[in-house]
Amino acid sequence: MDVSASFSVSTDGNGSKQEPPHVLAVDDSLVDRKIVEKLLKTFSCKVTTAESGMRALEYLGLRDDQENTLSSNGSKVNMIITDYCMPGMTGYELLKKVKESSLFKEVPVVIMSSENIPTRINKCLEEGAEMFMLKPLKQSDMKKLRGQLLKC
Amino acid sequence: MDIVNQLQRQYVDFLSSLYREGLLDDQFLQIQKLQDESNPEFVNEVVTLFFEDSEKLLHNLAVSLYVDQQNVDYQKVDACVHQFKGSSSSIGAQRVRNICASFRTCYDAKNLEGCLRCLQQLKDEYYLVKNKLQTLFRLEQQIVAAGGVIPIMG
Repeated sequence: MDVSASFSVSTDGNGSKQEPPHVLAVDDSLVDRKIVEKLLKTFSCKVTTAESGMRALEYLGLRDDQENTLSSNGSKVNMIITDYCMPGMTGYELLKKVKESSLFKEVPVVIMSSENIPTRINKCLEEGAEMFMLKPLKQSDMKKLRGQLLKC
Repeated sequence: MDIVNQLQRQYVDFLSSLYREGLLDDQFLQIQKLQDESNPEFVNEVVTLFFEDSEKLLHNLAVSLYVDQQNVDYQKVDACVHQFKGSSSSIGAQRVRNICASFRTCYDAKNLEGCLRCLQQLKDEYYLVKNKLQTLFRLEQQIVAAGGVIPIMG
């Protein structure tokens, strides 16, 4: 099965296009945000980055003080990839909020971490995380991710 | 042309030495692989962000460890070193990352002397890799200016 064919934005003469998957990438590190963004774009994803869990929730329209209506931003998110260790709201807390929402609980959430802690990994998977990835991320990790995206 | 070949060989030798000496690891190659025509300055941009981030962190660490040594906020130290470890790991600055790991042992034990030693080592390794990377970029610019392409390694 040709993975790339399903998601590349084909711009043939007829102008027909397949929507590339839209990923929301959350990380407090500017260096890591830049890298994950490029990695995702290399695999034909459209990327929105957020520097914190709060910002991510804001983007999705899930912040406590936001109206509980379908945000035009969030409705187009196909996957969320988030760092675990972030000041303020951790990736785990963000995962919980996403899974608690009726609008976004079906959106796959991938957790990234620089630390390989089995209890942490299990906690995230139990809470509904799609995958856990160890940093630093490589192109082979993105290949795996694309495989997951195909399922949804 | 001779000049281009010379510069390219210099580049390959230099980059090889950085891997050999453990200053850089495979992750740097991963970053280089991400650079393409749509983003020809990618490596430079990421590394520049790393420099800016690192220098801020080094400053914050110095403040935490020198300003009030009776009341060191080890949580702040943890936060800084954790971030430093993450970013150095992400760009492949192996030796810097390794110092961060030993640094953690010191602040976990609230060992001020150990922390001060680690901070010094961190500074030394950071400025060393910064210097080497800047040299690398200069070599790249020279190659391109001479009409050549930057050799892909690995």
